[in-house]
Amino acid sequence: MNRFSALINNIRDLLQGDLTADSVVPPSGYTANLTTFTAGAMAFLAVFALALSLATGRLADRWSDELARTTTIRISAPEGQMQAQLDAVINVLNTTSGIESSSVMSDDAQRRLLEPWFGPDLPLETLPIPRLVEVIEKDDGPDMEGLRLRLSAEAPGAVLDDHTRWRRPLVNAAQRLRSLGTFSILLIMGATAAMITLAAQSALAANGQVISVLRLVGARDVYIARAFVRRFTVRALLGAAIGTGLGMTAMVFLPSAAEEGAFLTGLGFQGWHWLIPALIPPLAAIVAFWATRGAALRALARIS
Amino acid sequence: MLHLQEAGFSYGGREILSGVNLDVAPGSFYFLTGPSGAGKTTFLRLCYQALMPTKGVVRILDRDVRGLHREDIAQIRRRIGVVHQDCQFVDHMNMEDNIRMPLQVSGRNTELDDRSFQDLISWVGLSAHMSALPPELSSGERQRAALARAVVMSPDLILADEPTGNLDWEMAQKILTLLIELNKMGKTVIVATHDLQLIRTAKSKVAARVLRLANNNIQLAGADL
Ligand SMILES: Nc1ncnc2c1ncn2[C@@H]1O[C@H](COP(=O)(O)OP(=O)(O)O)[C@@H](O)[C@H]1O
Ligand SMILES: [Mg+2]
Repeated sequence: MNRFSALINNIRDLLQGDLTADSVVPPSGYTANLTTFTAGAMAFLAVFALALSLATGRLADRWSDELARTTTIRISAPEGQMQAQLDAVINVLNTTSGIESSSVMSDDAQRRLLEPWFGPDLPLETLPIPRLVEVIEKDDGPDMEGLRLRLSAEAPGAVLDDHTRWRRPLVNAAQRLRSLGTFSILLIMGATAAMITLAAQSALAANGQVISVLRLVGARDVYIARAFVRRFTVRALLGAAIGTGLGMTAMVFLPSAAEEGAFLTGLGFQGWHWLIPALIPPLAAIVAFWATRGAALRALARIS
Repeated sequence: MLHLQEAGFSYGGREILSGVNLDVAPGSFYFLTGPSGAGKTTFLRLCYQALMPTKGVVRILDRDVRGLHREDIAQIRRRIGVVHQDCQFVDHMNMEDNIRMPLQVSGRNTELDDRSFQDLISWVGLSAHMSALPPELSSGERQRAALARAVVMSPDLILADEPTGNLDWEMAQKILTLLIELNKMGKTVIVATHDLQLIRTAKSKVAARVLRLANNNIQLAGADL
């Protein structure tokens, strides 16, 4: 609570305060432009890190959500035994706990599934095509090993196709990518803080004369710090706003997501996620605020 | 106002002041004299807490300087007007902003109306120079501007370090007159100078006491000056 009200006070100080006080820091075009440029470049990178993080997050969620709760049982049996094995499988499923529902895929559905490979006129009845049973699991799904054993006992032609086997590594990879994206954003923030600290330190060192005059006439450290802090916060905000704008423009011109699951084309922002990059400039300003303030107060503490 | 008891100061191992005892009463006028390098500037810096005593006690405005926090020092400096040896200004700001700076940093800039400010700068004779930048002024003008800045907050104590150091005699007289006027208004004034001629002139106009800094110590000089 105390910290919070201190933060509010700091921000209020920063916003109102006495704007003419800023003029004690001489305008220095070159380093100012460097700060703006770096903040802009960092914001630009942050937009992409954010997009990567959000897109992989979406992917991981979808894969684990959609696929995690469905399992397929494939039954291949000679013509005469098919129906018996199918009944046996349904029976096993009905007596297994952890299963929400199961349904035998209809001929039509199966034909549609195979159409891309064999064309629309596939004589399904005359071909030894395996039958598929789609199983929807409950939240805490069935004991897969137990189910597999029972199936092999009751219906030797049934194969439990547990998607998690091949899905897991994909979900893992997507989650790993998401953490990398998040980590990159943190790195970018850290690099911004470091860069602004260096710039602020050099500004403080270059203005030793100004600082000693201010101290001589009774300026408190926070007053002196504020003049520098405001400069750097405004520069970082401006640079980050430009960088974010450019980054988002680039995102707009990425090819749009053609099809669900197409990873590369789905890299952009979707829906309300377009609003998230708007946080980058204020975040850069907050980072600049604390970095400059820390650098200034540390530097001032060394001056009597 | 200012009280020193067995106060000492050394830079690293090098002793500049030791065993200094002094009691400056409010409203008094002191000269501090001594050869160059004797420690006059060091003494004044102890008075406005740019340095802290390495021995003994220094009390300023009834506060022991050892207990002072950085914030307290800033507060105390608002009650002390310092005219620096090489009167420092913020070179990219005009003279008006420079002279108003003590008010500015203490958030009291609105307290001094334009009339009073005009009075102040015409008192130091700089009315025509307010929009000039510090490097554009002569050294005499800069000294007077520094004096104006030192008194703009109406401080209780004025510390002037060689305020006439590199000025011609006429300009030195002018500065001296301003300092004496301030003392007549009730301010405590301490002026460090090695200019004995200046001190003699002052003594005919004001009840000034002379402190002599020699052998790391400060002694009240007799009437023999
Ligand atoms: N920052 C410093 N570090 C070390 N020695 C100093 C420093 N400042 C001044 N001195 C030394 O202290 C002595 C007194 O200096 P100062 O107080 O400036 O004398 P004055 O003002 O009487 O000429 C001088 O010998 C000077 O060289
Ligand atoms: Mg000196």
